[in-house]
Amino acid sequence: MNLTLRVWRQRNGQDQGHFEEYLAKDVSPDCSFLEMLDIVNIGLVKEGKEPIAFDHDCREGICGACSMVINGAPHGPEQLTTTCQLHMRHFQDGDRIVIEPFRAKAFPVLRDLVVDRSAFDEVTAAGGYVSVNTGSAQDANAIPVPKGDADLAFQAATCIGCGACVAACKNASASLFVAAKVSHLAYLPQGRVERVRRVFAMVNKMDELGFGNCSNTGACEASCPKGIRLDFIAKMSREYMRSSFCGCGR
Amino acid sequence: MTMLDGRVPEGAIEDKWDNHKFKMKLVNPANKRKYKVLVVGTGLAGSSAAASLAELGYQVQIFCIQDSPRRAHSIAAQGGINAAKNYPNDGDSIYRLFYDTVKGGDFRAREANVYRLAQISNHIIDQCVAQGVPFAREYGGLLDNRSFGGAQVSRTFYAAGQTGQQLLLGAYSALMRQVHLGKVQMFSRREMMDLVLVDGQARGIICRNLVTGEMESYTGEAVLLCTGGYGNVFYLSTNAMASNVSAAWRVHKSGAFFANPCYTQIHPTCIPVSGDHQSKLTLMSESLRNDGRVWVPKQEGDRRTPKDIPESERDYYLERIYPSFGNLVPRDVASRQAKFRVDEKRGVGPTKVSVYLDFSEAIGRLGKTTIKEKYGNLFEMYEKITGEDPYETPMRIYPATHYTMGGLWVDYNLMSTTPGLFVLGEANFSDHGANRLGASALMQGLADGYFIIPYTLGNYLANHSFSKVDGVHGTAKEMKNCAEERVKRVLNIKGSRPTDEIHRELGKIMWEYVGMSRNESGLKKALEEIPKLRNEFWSDVRIPGTQNELNIEIEKALRVADFLELAELMARDALERRESCGGHFREEYQTKENEAVRNDDEFCHVAAWEYKGEGQTQRHVEQLAFNEVKLATRSYK
Repeated sequence: MNLTLRVWRQRNGQDQGHFEEYLAKDVSPDCSFLEMLDIVNIGLVKEGKEPIAFDHDCREGICGACSMVINGAPHGPEQLTTTCQLHMRHFQDGDRIVIEPFRAKAFPVLRDLVVDRSAFDEVTAAGGYVSVNTGSAQDANAIPVPKGDADLAFQAATCIGCGACVAACKNASASLFVAAKVSHLAYLPQGRVERVRRVFAMVNKMDELGFGNCSNTGACEASCPKGIRLDFIAKMSREYMRSSFCGCGR
Repeated sequence: MTMLDGRVPEGAIEDKWDNHKFKMKLVNPANKRKYKVLVVGTGLAGSSAAASLAELGYQVQIFCIQDSPRRAHSIAAQGGINAAKNYPNDGDSIYRLFYDTVKGGDFRAREANVYRLAQISNHIIDQCVAQGVPFAREYGGLLDNRSFGGAQVSRTFYAAGQTGQQLLLGAYSALMRQVHLGKVQMFSRREMMDLVLVDGQARGIICRNLVTGEMESYTGEAVLLCTGGYGNVFYLSTNAMASNVSAAWRVHKSGAFFANPCYTQIHPTCIPVSGDHQSKLTLMSESLRNDGRVWVPKQEGDRRTPKDIPESERDYYLERIYPSFGNLVPRDVASRQAKFRVDEKRGVGPTKVSVYLDFSEAIGRLGKTTIKEKYGNLFEMYEKITGEDPYETPMRIYPATHYTMGGLWVDYNLMSTTPGLFVLGEANFSDHGANRLGASALMQGLADGYFIIPYTLGNYLANHSFSKVDGVHGTAKEMKNCAEERVKRVLNIKGSRPTDEIHRELGKIMWEYVGMSRNESGLKKALEEIPKLRNEFWSDVRIPGTQNELNIEIEKALRVADFLELAELMARDALERRESCGGHFREEYQTKENEAVRNDDEFCHVAAWEYKGEGQTQRHVEQLAFNEVKLATRSYK
């Protein structure tokens, strides 16, 4: 199939940026979206032009590196799919595809489709862990966890930190990302010791870094490639309220 | 040739590590903060090491090529992590895990290292659970286990098909806690270019800032290389796109020995190649072989759809050849058998280069819901990539490069031949011999990082003195200039071929001649082809753009330049090792039934290569002694 790509090009953080058009010719429907971009890039390099920069690594949908908005949707049109797992069989011959970086104040563009998501690391550093030093753990089976809780914790923990939730949100809120980590640890006995401190620290850090507020439109859930549910934001809000009442975290 | 000493401690195998821990010198808690440790790589080994060392009080700086430490390729490990907990009460023990791993590695690993790994395995599970890693659990709230290849017990802990993700996020969270406490400084989007050596000691690294293109130098008292394997030398592999050998290769060129480069693991269950556009291959976890049955049609060139082939005309060849291990034979064995079936023209699928992995029997026995619970994410991934529904039709799978057992040579303390340079995780060669068993890579990465390096690094620091930082800075400056020159040299070639094309070509040479099965004439051919391609790279590669900016083509070219040198060493090592063992299968050395034939008289050793200048290498050996597990022909029949 042949496609027309309209791609955001921006040399660096200071550059204004603009769209450029490229033709992608003879693309196999078995190609992944990123493999289609590889082909375009090889063509550009052969012409002596600079290839389109984009983040990618595992290409299995688990590392969370790929980050682009395809036709207005983070990770493109398919539900529960990262860009690297999006295959060209979902497009039609002759399609025109608009490709942009994730856009959010907290995710500045570094080049073309590459953005800086280190704000997520900062939010995690603020409290997304159990404070346990290496070597001090008890036997693993000494802490039974009801299967239901363990399964919920696992579901929340499958967040890949790609930032699609932020890119999809009209407020550029990181609530789904933060809620996933807060919930993962709050469902487990190991994480409950620090639940009060954690939820305050992470939510405050998110606000400080320029992410917006949650207004419950659910765009994040709809665009999450891992199906992280909006329920976890409710869980985070409950954790926040609970911590406010018990008054011990401030 | 010199004989290398692995510095294995004295004593009975079960006491070695404990005795050694006691005998090693300690660094006083108040003095730890005076030492700075540089950790390169943030996978399981790097993150766990950095977090643990920072907890002890050392100053740590850690570097990764990704935009976040959480994206290191350990994240993609699917199936699980082994430990000798024996929770299922099915006869497991530290000794059995040790035994299975030595045998699984085809008697080419260092016994003492493997025993220590098995001893530590249980602590890893405890540590990860304490961090909140959500392992799969039974209804009673306790941890669940499953089986993996090369073992007859269930000792694998897992979190659906994304165990690596959960373990890495655990280690990442421990790391970020130390970042928050100011004990670790994190540098992302940095690629290590060279090692800084002062008085023969590793004292620093040169990095390229991948956003600005600037060269930066960092100095300290020790360097930990946790940079993973070199499977991408094959171009197509299950590794991430940025996984590369450069850090390991650069330290090799500055003196560290590279051990057993020919030991590469070809994983039997990957999604087959669909066309020339393919940029990487995707693994389907070994855990699937718990319930999936591998088969091909009995008849050559059978073109019927799998549903139309009756039971009696299917060859469940692993169950037929290896009745006691069946579909759960180790990876090297399963891969080779798949290749034999394809060579016999009994392969399936549009390209005829794949075999079936069939779940219909398990779905009938356990129900679709149970299968979905166990492997749901893997089935979804398969469907996304191939457009076929594995609940309805068998998966098609074929072997692909997955892991490299070879790596930088290290002693029992995980130190390379360069003092102060430690190598952890897949980047070293230590524990898996010639073939790694499933669910053992995660175990090794975390054992090295959480429980070994915190002891052995202290011993090194306490026993050595270090020259003043000023002298280090001088050398670092020189090294920085060299790295800049290298980038300029690549940029100035201004040829016509994109790096990707040359890399793909290298991959084809490697897969053809240094892949799943090797022979003398093929390896000699590879040794002719690789230097030719390398010359082509250095005369005709084309890199647009400049060096002082985010430039993805420079990144790729520098990596491929190093792969082109490593490839030659791999072929040379494979040629010199005139035996078949584990992942290294030499066609000249096999039984009538196509099983590998080892040559213990001549090759019961580790081959460690020393770089002697452009194209020059010297082979050294470390003799392996098997005092516990008697040398025997591996049998899974």
